Amino acid sequence: MAILTALPAAAQGTGRAPAPDSIFLTNRINALILIVFFSSAVLYFTQQARQGKKLFLRKIPGLEAVEEAVGRATEMGKPVLYIPGILDLDEMETIAGVSILGRVTKIIAEYETPLIVPARYPTVLAACQEVAEQSYAEAGKPDAFDRDSVRYLAGEQFAFTAAVNGLMMRERPATNIYMGGFFAESLLLAETGNAAGSIQIAGTARPEQLPFFIAACDYTLMGEELYAASAYLSHQPLMTGGLKGQDLVKLILVLIIIVGVILVIFDAAGTYSTWFEVS
Amino acid sequence: MRRTAPVVTAFVAGVLVTISFFFNEQKTLIGSVQTEILNWVTIIFGFALTLGVVSITRVNFNKIKRRQEGWFYSLLVLVSVFIMAIPSILSSSWSPLFGRAEGSIYDWIWVRFSEPMMATMFAMLAFYIASAAYRAFRARSAEATLLLVTALLVMLWRIPMGEWLLKQMHTSLPDWINVYVMNGFNLAVQRGIIIGAALGAASMSLRIILGIERTYMGKG
Repeated sequence: MAILTALPAAAQGTGRAPAPDSIFLTNRINALILIVFFSSAVLYFTQQARQGKKLFLRKIPGLEAVEEAVGRATEMGKPVLYIPGILDLDEMETIAGVSILGRVTKIIAEYETPLIVPARYPTVLAACQEVAEQSYAEAGKPDAFDRDSVRYLAGEQFAFTAAVNGLMMRERPATNIYMGGFFAESLLLAETGNAAGSIQIAGTARPEQLPFFIAACDYTLMGEELYAASAYLSHQPLMTGGLKGQDLVKLILVLIIIVGVILVIFDAAGTYSTWFEVS
Repeated sequence: MRRTAPVVTAFVAGVLVTISFFFNEQKTLIGSVQTEILNWVTIIFGFALTLGVVSITRVNFNKIKRRQEGWFYSLLVLVSVFIMAIPSILSSSWSPLFGRAEGSIYDWIWVRFSEPMMATMFAMLAFYIASAAYRAFRARSAEATLLLVTALLVMLWRIPMGEWLLKQMHTSLPDWINVYVMNGFNLAVQRGIIIGAALGAASMSLRIILGIERTYMGKG
């Protein structure tokens, strides 16, 4: 469902009501065209990457800093705190956060640095435990993994925040990594981490929380960078192919928006705007 | 099998839910698949709660057993968890103190302890915003100065006295901030980030459905 809910240009529209007796919802054909085109672009570039074609990937400073931040924690003998957001596992941001955890944990395992992962939902707890355990195994250090390093704290938003803030002040982690969906607690967490003197790397797709992370963290991944992070850290060409396809579609959407703006200026956007409406 | 089954499940669920989006839920079986799968998700999430209870009990019990620093707080956590949980799952037909209705033990602790403590945490946000704003708005460069001036204007516009002050400078200044700063620059940038994030989420969904991205299930 994420692939559908993630199509804002279409999803924002009011749209036409479907015929009550129709089996196929014809008013969603434009969304179908977009999905087919988007999938084709991603698959095409993934295939290109599979064939060995080099794809350029711009540097993301926040992700470049991950290894340095883990190294700092190792030197200080302090843990790395990783929070995969406060949403449940059915949210795309949480899945992105859990995926990044896998990549980061591999570095942490190689450095033999302690790791703390607080979870707000039991499903996220189970996924994070599985991912972290596998990363330790892939790093050749399965025995170094402590299952209780990934722990459930509280189900309520601010109870969870209070528990994490307490952890920060007691354990004084050298590095805090926040990757996933965050709400009002974003600044409470990031400011406490700042006060504890930790290096902080954050990533979220929620624009309303980005200013808080930018103000209180050393590095912030914005929007799409969160979803690209796992592919970026994997260094696998197959994973980066999807990013290239995504960029192509973004370029086309930018052109569509520019054409729309010009048509609106000249009061001629009537039919054009209906092409992008979905109900 | 252990490696293939989750990938196949993700593929089948992803494709079915995507297809169901294009079919009438009332008229076709495939159209109702999305609702059905979401029902399953809710049931699985309910069962998963046990994992949380086991985790919180094990971590805190070990801390008490080893008499680690702060073990008393772990004891408090465990007592709180079970004092809240046990009476709330017992039937209210046995006693009005059981269940989650008004007057029950669960409700009493929730209203008198949990809610005020959580409200306190949220209220503290004001102080955190002040300290973060102080750092963010230091005029160390041209860009930071621009941010400072914009932030000051927006903050003034948001409060009645500030709006009055802005009107003294120019009667249309508050409207100008609303139209150009908030609904212009601010909204345009936010929408740019939202569109980028949505495409990123869609791309990641596709990678998951096709089994290219498998890190989230513990596979590189």
